[in-house]
Amino acid sequence: MSAANSDFTRPARRPDFARAFDAVRRITAEPLGALGIFLVALMIGGALFADWLSAYEPGKISPRDRFLVPSWQHLLGTDQLGRDLFSRVLHGGRIALTVALFSTAVSLLIGIVLGLIAGYGPRWLDNLLLLLFDSIKSFPTVMLALALVTLFGPSLTAVVIVVVLVNVPGYARIIRTQTLALKESEFVTAAESMGAGTVRILRVHILPNVLGPLLILTSMDIPVVIAIEAGMSFLGLGVRPPTPSWGSILNDGFTAIRDTPWIAIAGGLPIILTTLGFTFLGETMRDVFDPRLKRHA
Amino acid sequence: MNPILEVRDLAVTFRTGSMLNRSDILAVAGVSFAVHPGETFALVGESGSGKTTLARAANGLQEISNGSVRFDGYRIDGMPARERKPLRRDMSMMFQDPVGSLSPRMRVGDLVAEPFRIHGLGAGSIREETVRLLSLVGLSAEFVHRYPHQLSGGQARRVGVARAIALSPKLIIADEPTAGLDVSVQGEVLNLLNDLRERLKLAIIIITHNLHVVRHVADQVAVMYLGRFVEIGPTGKIFSAPAHPYTASLLSANPEPDPDKPRNRISLSAEVPSLLARPSGCEFHTRCPWVGGKCGSQPPDLRQQDDRRFSCHYPLAPGAQAPVKEVSHG
Repeated sequence: MSAANSDFTRPARRPDFARAFDAVRRITAEPLGALGIFLVALMIGGALFADWLSAYEPGKISPRDRFLVPSWQHLLGTDQLGRDLFSRVLHGGRIALTVALFSTAVSLLIGIVLGLIAGYGPRWLDNLLLLLFDSIKSFPTVMLALALVTLFGPSLTAVVIVVVLVNVPGYARIIRTQTLALKESEFVTAAESMGAGTVRILRVHILPNVLGPLLILTSMDIPVVIAIEAGMSFLGLGVRPPTPSWGSILNDGFTAIRDTPWIAIAGGLPIILTTLGFTFLGETMRDVFDPRLKRHA
Repeated sequence: MNPILEVRDLAVTFRTGSMLNRSDILAVAGVSFAVHPGETFALVGESGSGKTTLARAANGLQEISNGSVRFDGYRIDGMPARERKPLRRDMSMMFQDPVGSLSPRMRVGDLVAEPFRIHGLGAGSIREETVRLLSLVGLSAEFVHRYPHQLSGGQARRVGVARAIALSPKLIIADEPTAGLDVSVQGEVLNLLNDLRERLKLAIIIITHNLHVVRHVADQVAVMYLGRFVEIGPTGKIFSAPAHPYTASLLSANPEPDPDKPRNRISLSAEVPSLLARPSGCEFHTRCPWVGGKCGSQPPDLRQQDDRRFSCHYPLAPGAQAPVKEVSHG
């Protein structure tokens, strides 16, 4: 963590590789962990190689091919506009993944900064931030989404903002609690007694020690983010129509679920699988790397 | 010679209780002492007597509610952190928990180099300085790559010493420097500190409840009870002839290495009183075997006798024996 600040990292890089390899092995040793990695890899692979894996443009309308049953030509069939669903699912995965990673990264960044301020700063600021977190948390996600969409209109940006608002309070609280605990620890007092400033104490002494558990918990939040994106797109609050999204595919299928169930399945299946994949992966990571967290979650 | 650290009437108050039911705890209730260069000053007392709080206050880590702290001629209590920073180069602290006072994700090398980085010193030669400091405390250069959890208690303590002496301070405050170490390592750490004190003309404040340590290293000793000094003076005098009954009972409770030596243990009755309900008069009267007439009503002053001070209405004569207690069985 403090590698840039250290004169004493070992020159040899091998142990790091070995450790990363060891970590992966410990996850795959658990059946759920292996399944999680498989599902997540499937999703990421599909999103990355969407253009090669599918022969059709995700947005290409061909009225003659409407409502085709799944076949070798169209693996998941086609929708009411004759668009190839397999291709739309892969490209929808791209949207889901981008939103998940980007908005989680933003939430992490904001959550860490606010958490450190709340935990290390003066009492009144801590109370103010806690009030803010609790107020945001008290809104149901859907209400928040509706309110924001009325303000900004349906868009990916709205989805990202909703996700950030939903995630930040939780992340900040985790960081705050741990910062509060570490603030009183002897190694922080020792740094203070040497004359270390607030920034140095937070960056060198506190941050590296609070980050680990948070990152594990974050990986368990990704399915929630994917569900928020799909849910908002389903309700028409997220991605605008021509762009493929799992939520909007699900919505397309929903209107005609009795006659053409495969459309709803094409939209729903990837949501279920990636949610399960990330959940399995996250839970296994938590159990393997930080058993203490089991109690808190 | 001017004292390096001069503490006057220092008091530390902690606020407790709810908003409606505020109560203040006087953790340190007005103590005065001075430490001179090259001198070792020991603070002894039971757990909760305020030793650590006093040390933290002297170091500026703890807000004080009364009195003053002068370090090297500068008044440091209430000084803004930025002004105090340069003074921190000359004053370092060692903490109770040898491993816990080392940041867990930092390597030993970075831990020892930290004082230099904080004060922006030794830019090009940090590596060499670190290795030199490690060898000074008896650790090989190999250790720079280790993490604190890979150290034994004694090794971690040595790293703590290396950090404390890194910037050649004028004063080291060592909080329980021997806690959690086995006896041979305790001796090594104490000899190391003693050695450095002579070589670097350091002043050392040592906080401990191990009286052997005090006898071994301290020039002056102060005995704390409920946040006050009950006795303070030269170690030799206090050990051979304690004037305060509390000092006498502490000394008598100290285990002797010689099992055949006749012992005259003074056992104290009752619990340590709560800081929230300090006893009236002399605060030790609830437990004192020699308790007399005015002890319960009149607080004794800290009075000077030769080069020592103590607070007792009926100071002990040298070699005093504990009175036989009438124990009522009921």
